[in-house]
Formats: sequence, structure tokens, C-alpha cells
Amino acid sequence: MRHRRGQSPAMHTATGTAGPRPAPGSSSARAAGPGPHDDGDPVVTTDRLTKRYGSRTVVDALSLQVRRGEVFGFLGPNGAGKTTTLRMLLGLVRPTSGSATVLGRPAGASVAQVGALVEGPGLYPYLSGRDNLRVLARYAGVGADRVAAVLDTVALTDRAGDRFGTYSLGMKQRLGIAAALLKDPALVVLDEPTNGLDPAGITEVRTLLRRLVAEGRTVVLSSHLLGEVEQICDRVAVVASGRLLVESSVEELRGLGRLVVDARPLDTAVAVAGRLLGPDRVSVVDGALHLQAAPEETAAVNRALVTADVDVTGLRQEARTLEEVFLQLTDVDEAGPPEPAPRPRRLRRGTR
Amino acid sequence: MSATAASLALPAGRTSGSLPAIVGAELLKLARRPATWVLLGLWPALQLVFSLVIPYVSYSRGSSYEGSPPEALLASTLPDRLVANALSGLPLFGGALLLTLGALLAGSEYGWGTLKTLLAQGPRRTTVLAGQLLALVTVLAGTVAVSLALTAGVSALIAGAESAPADWPGAAEIARGFGGGLLVATTWGAMGVLLGTALRGTALAIGLGLVWVLAVESLVVNVAAPLLDVFETAQQALPGVNAGSLVAALAGSDTPVRTPGVVAVVDGGQAAWVLGAFLAAAVALTALLLNRRDLT
Ligand SMILES: Nc1ncnc2c1ncn2[C@@H]1O[C@H](COP(=O)(O)OP(=O)(O)OP(=O)(O)O)[C@@H](O)[C@H]1O
Ligand SMILES: [Mg+2]
Repeated sequence: MRHRRGQSPAMHTATGTAGPRPAPGSSSARAAGPGPHDDGDPVVTTDRLTKRYGSRTVVDALSLQVRRGEVFGFLGPNGAGKTTTLRMLLGLVRPTSGSATVLGRPAGASVAQVGALVEGPGLYPYLSGRDNLRVLARYAGVGADRVAAVLDTVALTDRAGDRFGTYSLGMKQRLGIAAALLKDPALVVLDEPTNGLDPAGITEVRTLLRRLVAEGRTVVLSSHLLGEVEQICDRVAVVASGRLLVESSVEELRGLGRLVVDARPLDTAVAVAGRLLGPDRVSVVDGALHLQAAPEETAAVNRALVTADVDVTGLRQEARTLEEVFLQLTDVDEAGPPEPAPRPRRLRRGTR
Repeated sequence: MSATAASLALPAGRTSGSLPAIVGAELLKLARRPATWVLLGLWPALQLVFSLVIPYVSYSRGSSYEGSPPEALLASTLPDRLVANALSGLPLFGGALLLTLGALLAGSEYGWGTLKTLLAQGPRRTTVLAGQLLALVTVLAGTVAVSLALTAGVSALIAGAESAPADWPGAAEIARGFGGGLLVATTWGAMGVLLGTALRGTALAIGLGLVWVLAVESLVVNVAAPLLDVFETAQQALPGVNAGSLVAALAGSDTPVRTPGVVAVVDGGQAAWVLGAFLAAAVALTALLLNRRDLT
């Protein structure tokens, strides 16, 4: 078993299990959108969105775009500023500077079309699940028929008469998701929606999210569960310490795989690979050469090594999970003061 | 950008709930909440016990109260004292209960994280506050009416049992009593809402509110005012003192009301204005806080 720094081998299993995902927007022709569909249609745009609490900058000049009909993953470690950003999109928190546009209007002005579950389900413990939704339906200005519909969607109809306070964590979370769907929203914002759910519940939420997207909605999902984001999101933004590290498609982010090469002599191999790929794409881990390289580059690497009289005894491509990418990205940022400006939209490569 | 944005809009008319819908939602919340029933039920219950039951029992045993003959006790429970008997508890213990209710309603929205859920449905913050306050006024009006009705019923029973005269106050007097009582109740409730909002929680808001109503005001009135002229004047601006003065005025001056807190320090008209000012200030401050703050 090969050990990689900071990784449990089990994390491999997350790779390649991604089920079929509807291409973004492929099934988005929806009654709600009269205009022609456009993949590039931004549903959410933030422009140097910044939030400071005292001297602490919690969200730092965040600029990103969520396109129509996609599942957008918002990834980051604890305290990265995910929830704060989502709150700004909903108009609950006022940005210190910068701006956010949601569904074509300033953040907060469009809340009537946004379904949201932010930082856990905030519902009344003394009310039944159904009464909670009745209250919210009146606040949302939707008919009482929506209550039964969303209860059904989250499979809580049987327990709808019980007080919310007596629900299990997972049931509470599901009722929170139901509340977010009451308005039949064009945009669904879910902050760690699978929090507290069991594996079956997580699968249910995943299925639900796919259905929401198939119905032409856009979903913004925050999480630190990478396996989840990997399986369900079309694109992701990775944030740490309030700053955007990457915004890209999941495939792009997983991006360059890792080419692991067993070669002797190692120092020659390092030099050759460095010349070919650039030194910051080369590292040595446990006596093996680790290269940030795409599968297409495998042959060229092999040829170069052999040409330089290096014995190649093993050569294999390892796909990186999002987990690894994430840890690498956020690690880089948290170790010591970050470089002046992390470059968004580009993967940081190389040795750590 | 804005051209595509327009095409993203959902079907026309997709707006958030109207004010009446929000009031309806708030009434549902109030009706289902045990604390509402406890706090709103306690006031008429205590009111009845202290202004009618205890004096009547005491009269029937022939005992006297602070030197007044038993007959005076009976007289104080009869229908002509309806307004005084229905409202005398409002300035002090009613105030404490209603302040607690207001603080509980506003503060728990923060504790449970429900305010953000309500706002996430789309209504403006001021609309939410207006809906919550209107619902509160509605239940307070109901409670004042219940107190008047219960008092009337028990007074009528006493008058019947003792073959005493049932001289009911006129409709205008009852209406004035209802209006004044509702003003006092709403002012206390709104100040509770302000405290709960300002402190984003229930515990401290309720604690401070109770200390104010039950301790600070009575210290100012009973200890400080007799000693220092400054406090003699200052007490005229206290909400509890004005509530007491208003209820004293509504009760009529022929027979003094025994309940603590019901003392005519200022005249009724002035008291009503001061209470109105407290109410308006509490609502305005709450709205200001709510509109300005980050909801996390
Ligand atoms: N009201 C507030 N006052 C002061 N600091 C705050 C406030 N709200 C959030 N913060 C700070 O902002 C930072 C980001 O918080 P936020 O809740 O947005 O993180 P997050 O990415 O959602 O984290 P998690 O994954 O743990 O939910 C944290 O350091 C937090 O302490
Ligand atoms: Mg969070």
C-alpha cells in the first residue's frame, strides 16, 4: 500500500464513482424561462464581494459566477466564509464592499425567487412540521397546496404532524430543505444540506438535487464533503480564508492526474522530468517520482526517461480525488501567510 | 446582463406574502405556542383573583381591609367598578407578563434562527415586524376583552348573590377602558419586543425587563422620588408610572384602587401621550435595529 502524505488510502474510492450527471442545462427548457436557453447565463454574479467583521476579513473580494441550470459547489474548510457569502446572496448580511447580483437583481431584492437553507434549519420547535411550513408558506405568499407537495418531496408526510422539536437531526434537515422548496424557486441555495443525514438520506438529497436541476433550477450547494460535491456538482469554487482559490468545473479541478513513476537513478529521473514538465510539477514521495501530468503525457515522460538511460520499473496514472485537490489547495493557503494574491481560476501546482 | 436577467424572472406575480398573510402566520404561531397561553392567561386570572375573589371572600368572612369596613370591600367588587377591576393589574404584574411575552416572541426568533428563515421567504424586514406587531396587538386586544368579560361576569355573580346594585358603566367608559388597557398592554409588549430584538435573545431581555418593571421603577417612585426632587420629576417619564396613572384615570377617582402601581402621578391624558410616545419609540427603534443589522 502506497502512502501519500496527508491522505488516507480509502479516499481513492471516491474517484470514478460519479454517476451519470445531466450536462448542465441539457434539460433546462422549463416553463419558467421563456427566453432561449443559454449555458452562460449567470444566475449569481459576485463582484469583489467583501465582508469584514471588525478587522477580520471573512469574505475577501470574492468574484464568481453561477450559471443557469448548474449545480454549483461552494467548497472550503470550516470558517472559510461559505455561509457568510450565502447570507450576503440572500440579503441577510450586508457586504462591506463589492456587490452580488442574484437572478438579475441586487442580492436581497430577488429573495422571493430563491429557496434557501442556510446554516441549519431555523424552524419553530413547538410547531409541527406541517405548521412550520404553513407559517412559511404564508410568508412566501404561496398556496397551502405547496406544503403537502414539499412534505412529500422530502418524504416527511408521515411525521408532518409531530412537533419539529421532536424530529431527529436528519428529519430536521429534510424539513429545512422542504422549506427551501416551498416557493418553487428558480435558484436553490443549500448550505451543507446533507449535514446530519445518514447515507440513505444523502443519496436521497443527491437524487433530489438532480431532480431540481432537471426541472431547470439552479442549485448552489456549500459543503466540505468533497465526495458529495464531486458526485453532484458541475462546477465548484474553492474558498479558504474568504478568498477564492479556484473556480472551475469538477473535471478541470480534478484536472491533471498524478503520474507515479518508479525509476532509477532517481536524481536523473527528477532532472529529466523537470526539464520536460517544469520543476514545480515534479516531486519525490516515498522514493517514487510523482508528476503532475495528464494521461496523454505518460508516453512522452516514459520516452524521455528511457532516452536518458533511466530504468523505469513502474509507471501508473493515479486520478486525484477532489479531496486531494482540495486539501492541497487549502493547505497551501493555510500554511503561513499566503502569497500576495492567490490566483483564482488557476490550479496551483507543484510540490508542497 | 439586465436583458437576460429579465428572462430569468419567474412567472409574473411571484412575490412574497402580503401583510395580512404574515399576520395570519404570526397568529398561528402565537396560538400554537404554549407560552402565549400561559402568559396571556395568567394576567386575567391574577386580575380576577386579586380584584374580585380575594376581596369578596374577605368580605364574606367579615374581615376588613386597611381599616375600610367589609361593606367597602363588597362595593369594590361590584359591576360599577368594572374597568378598574379588569385593568388594575396591567401597570405592574400585567406589564411584567406582557413585557416577558414581547421579549420571548422577538428573542426566540434569534435563538431558533427562525428570523432568517422568515426573511428568506422574501418579505421586507419592516413588513415582517409590522406583521408580528399587528398579531401581538390582536392577541392583546383579545386578552383585554377577555379580562373585561371575565370581570363583568364575576362581578355580576357577586352582585346577584349579595342582591347588591348592578350599576354597569356606560359603553363609552368601557370603550375608553378597553382602549386605554390596550395602549398599556401594547406599550409593554412592544418594549419587550425591543428588548428581545436589541439583545437577540430571550433570557437577558426578560431578566432586564422584569428588573425594570418590578424593581427599578418602584425604587425610583418609592425611594428616590421622596428624597430628591430630580426623581420626583423624572418618575413622571417612567412607562410604569404613566401606565399606573392612565389606569387610575380610567378607573375613576371616587374610590381609590388598591392594586400596587395604580397611582395617579400624572393626569390621564398626559399619561396616554407618554405611553404613546414609548410605544412609537419602541417600534421605531426595533425597526431601525432590524433593518440595519446583519442576520447571522
Ligand atoms: N457575525 C459574525 N461576527 C464575527 N465574525 C463572524 C460572524 N459571522 C461569521 N464570522 C466569522 O467569519 C468566518 C467565516 O464564517 P462562515 O460561517 O462564513 O464560515 P463557513 O465557511 O460557513 O464555515 P463552516 O464550514 O464551518 O460552516 C469565521 O471565522 C467566523 O468566525
Ligand atoms: Mg457554514
